[in-house]
Amino acid sequence: MENTYRYIGKVTPRRDAKEIVTGGAKYLNDLKLPNMIYGKVLRSPHPHALIKKIDKSKAEKLDGVEAILTWEDVPDWRGGTPRATRILDQKVRYVGDAVALLAATSEEIAEEALHLIDVEYELLPPVFDMEEALKPDAPQLYDQFPGNVVTPGVPFFGPKSLQEVVMGDVEKGFAEADVITEGTFGYENMPNPIPPEPPGAIALWEEPNKVTLWVSNQASYMDKITLHHVMNRQVEVRTIGGPCGGSFGSKFMSWQVQCYATLLSRATGKPVKLVFTKEEHLAAFTLRPASRMTARVGMKKDGTVTAISGKWLIDTGYYSMTTQSQVAVGCGEVQIMVRCANWNLKPVIVCTNRNASGIVRGFGGQELKCTLIPLLSLAMEKLDIDPFQFLKKNYVKPGDGYFWRDGIWYTYRGVDYTEAMEKGAELFGWKEKWKGWLKPTAINGTKRRGVGVGVHGNADIGEDASEAYVRLHPDGTAMLYSCVTEHGTGQRTNFVKMVAEVLQIPMDRISVTPSDSLINPYEFGPAGSRGTYAIGGAIIAAAENAKKKLFEIIAPMLEADPSDLETADGFIFLKNCPEKKIPWKAMGVDRTCLGYGRFDPDYTLSNCMMTFVEVEVDTETGIVTLVRVVNATDVGKIIDPLGLEGQLNGCLGSAGIDSALFEEMVLDRSTGHMLNANLIDYKWRTFSQLPIIENVALETPFPSHRFHAVGVGEIATSPGPSAVLMAISNAIGTWLHEYPVTPERVLKTLGKTSTRAPKGGVV
Amino acid sequence: MKRSKAKKIRLKVNGEDYELEVGNQSDQVKPSHTLAHTLRETLGLTGTKVSCNEGACGACTVLMDNKAVLSCMLLTVECDGKSITTIEGLRDSETGRLDPLQEAFINHSAFQCGFCTPGIIMSAKALLQENPSPTEEEVKEGLSGNFCRCISHYHVIKAVMSASREARS
Repeated sequence: MENTYRYIGKVTPRRDAKEIVTGGAKYLNDLKLPNMIYGKVLRSPHPHALIKKIDKSKAEKLDGVEAILTWEDVPDWRGGTPRATRILDQKVRYVGDAVALLAATSEEIAEEALHLIDVEYELLPPVFDMEEALKPDAPQLYDQFPGNVVTPGVPFFGPKSLQEVVMGDVEKGFAEADVITEGTFGYENMPNPIPPEPPGAIALWEEPNKVTLWVSNQASYMDKITLHHVMNRQVEVRTIGGPCGGSFGSKFMSWQVQCYATLLSRATGKPVKLVFTKEEHLAAFTLRPASRMTARVGMKKDGTVTAISGKWLIDTGYYSMTTQSQVAVGCGEVQIMVRCANWNLKPVIVCTNRNASGIVRGFGGQELKCTLIPLLSLAMEKLDIDPFQFLKKNYVKPGDGYFWRDGIWYTYRGVDYTEAMEKGAELFGWKEKWKGWLKPTAINGTKRRGVGVGVHGNADIGEDASEAYVRLHPDGTAMLYSCVTEHGTGQRTNFVKMVAEVLQIPMDRISVTPSDSLINPYEFGPAGSRGTYAIGGAIIAAAENAKKKLFEIIAPMLEADPSDLETADGFIFLKNCPEKKIPWKAMGVDRTCLGYGRFDPDYTLSNCMMTFVEVEVDTETGIVTLVRVVNATDVGKIIDPLGLEGQLNGCLGSAGIDSALFEEMVLDRSTGHMLNANLIDYKWRTFSQLPIIENVALETPFPSHRFHAVGVGEIATSPGPSAVLMAISNAIGTWLHEYPVTPERVLKTLGKTSTRAPKGGVV
Repeated sequence: MKRSKAKKIRLKVNGEDYELEVGNQSDQVKPSHTLAHTLRETLGLTGTKVSCNEGACGACTVLMDNKAVLSCMLLTVECDGKSITTIEGLRDSETGRLDPLQEAFINHSAFQCGFCTPGIIMSAKALLQENPSPTEEEVKEGLSGNFCRCISHYHVIKAVMSASREARS
């Protein structure tokens, strides 16, 4: 289709490109304030303990130490849902839990001083497994959460927030099924999103109750909102966001590091920078939730799912800030993926003594699907149903509906994704490569190839509210007020593109405010692929509103009605007589013209990503190579071709496809220590291990906003992991149900590892 | 020890000569300081990024005597007499023109969050200096020590190949 837009859909350089390639972009740790000091955290070596005594006298005597704070020194600031986790507590609940905060004139002094703090602990028994934690005699992490079950529900999502999927009559559904399969499936490897930039904050406290925070977050305005509640609604918080060195959801919740810096600044009166080390980032920042489901599904010969019932356990680690939200959204997303009239899916969120789980791309739905699709696959195998046909048939279609996160039923009014899925299958060669369940696509000596497919989509593309202003200036320039930070998607440039298209002025005539909560209106931030539709919606509305106001000022001068006017390149003209024009300057050189735009949540649209994978399994070594990936989607209208491609290629990293192959945090379940909290032992894909990736992005206009586009970036990671599991199972002819599929697991499944106990050494 | 007698080390960074005193005062280079620390904290050249700080991710890559090195794994006191180029020194110091690699990264949007980009560009620069006409496989091999989590690898390879072609034409 021909692109009639002037800027939308065109390849344009990112506005921050020059700063990025010259090293000029100032990320959080590149900032320095006058008199700034440095914060560090003393962390618990025990997974569960009570602090009996802390002696900080030796550390306090070290030259350069400015403050040491323990649980006895800090206000009762609490995070979590509900707010039960104190910023510093007498009890520690995982290896890495904060015991003391320390500030010194240099990082080295702070580090040295940490070693001089003596802590006496009373050890408590820890619990590391969800089912163990649910037993009656299990160690209890919180008085507020008896049985270690976190209170369900998300107040922010409203009184009916989705806590389960229950509808229809599952017994009736199972009675109608041709096949019923059941079992327990897990996605428990807790992959870590690990953006390259570690979490951190700089805080400057001003008496009596103000704090300014420089943050690294995809959603800097929401830090202000979160901290407002954590700090008991008694502190005036200003947040300033800048370039964010990756987040993938994780930095959306950075309340702890922000509170640490704030408390240390409050104690010293100086600006405090606190940036986590990579080890802290990996072992004391948020992981993907671990998921285990025991469930039963009923299916008919034609691929109709008649019933799904089961218990979905979610391990949130030592506390939950957003896990209930992830469960709510996951429960909504599963209905978008598979049409079924009868559900009884009951989630239980459990606390255990390891570091917390939090937001990662895929937000609940990836976790749920990685456990549900293998179970559905068993039923498909019994009925000899092609998984591509099954997923295509069962994905939400216009007129279908789902309960979304707020517990309200919505009818889907977006496009039918069938065409995108079919284009993807065609490009991938699905028809030729699919040989049936547990059948390899090809065998070449010891190497066997297999294919798999997965799908994911969410209605969060219209989640939450956004606001923006667009200010027009007499010199033909404009300014966008938005609290969006740039975390890698290029959206700050894309929003300028949208404003440029509405106002028909070159992109370089538009500036954007810094992501400062003091000057910008409310912004939930780019999350859940909401940037394009939700944030874009507010920004487009602001630009249109500014234009309307400008036309109202100018119309009398052109002896016309405002509705007769149009603008381009800083001139306003009559639509039916473009020669009759006057410059924006006519508004008056002593004037600006301000437009306001708002987006209100809309859960009637969903995005979609279908991912096809081909793997090669070496049956001698057990090594699995990801050979090729095809992602297929429909985005309504491409805003930024290169940015979109980058987001789709992102399917591999940030705890995505590679969580099926090698990404996992390894928890020592006797000591509670993470064994691979560094970038050498935590495996990540390198440049020399890239599969072929091809992306199909159709442009069927969506009923979204004036550019008919929807976002898709967040979900790229989600369909892949279960597809990889499927592909490997097909390659070797045996079901594999554990993530990640390491060489050991492949060899074990093939019966090629010795079952005898190893000789010698410690067993 | 008198300040005037403090041991000094000489570094050439992006063409500028620096003489730094070694010592334990706050304005001196401590024997424990890494080159990354000195570049960022002492010289204010924050374009060089530190991510893992243990030699695994390549974010801190700079050129030392035209070879790519990990500045988080070198002590500054070991670098006496060396010539260092950081991402800030890549553009032409006379004209301010960007290096063709930098131009190619802009034109291909060969980054997303951009945090690993300076390190990747410096690794690519070293590669192209040693091998002006690399194959795609050689580019992948040359950059295999650089961590990128957004998965901009595919755009990076295109950008490096295009810069290499550009330089030869």
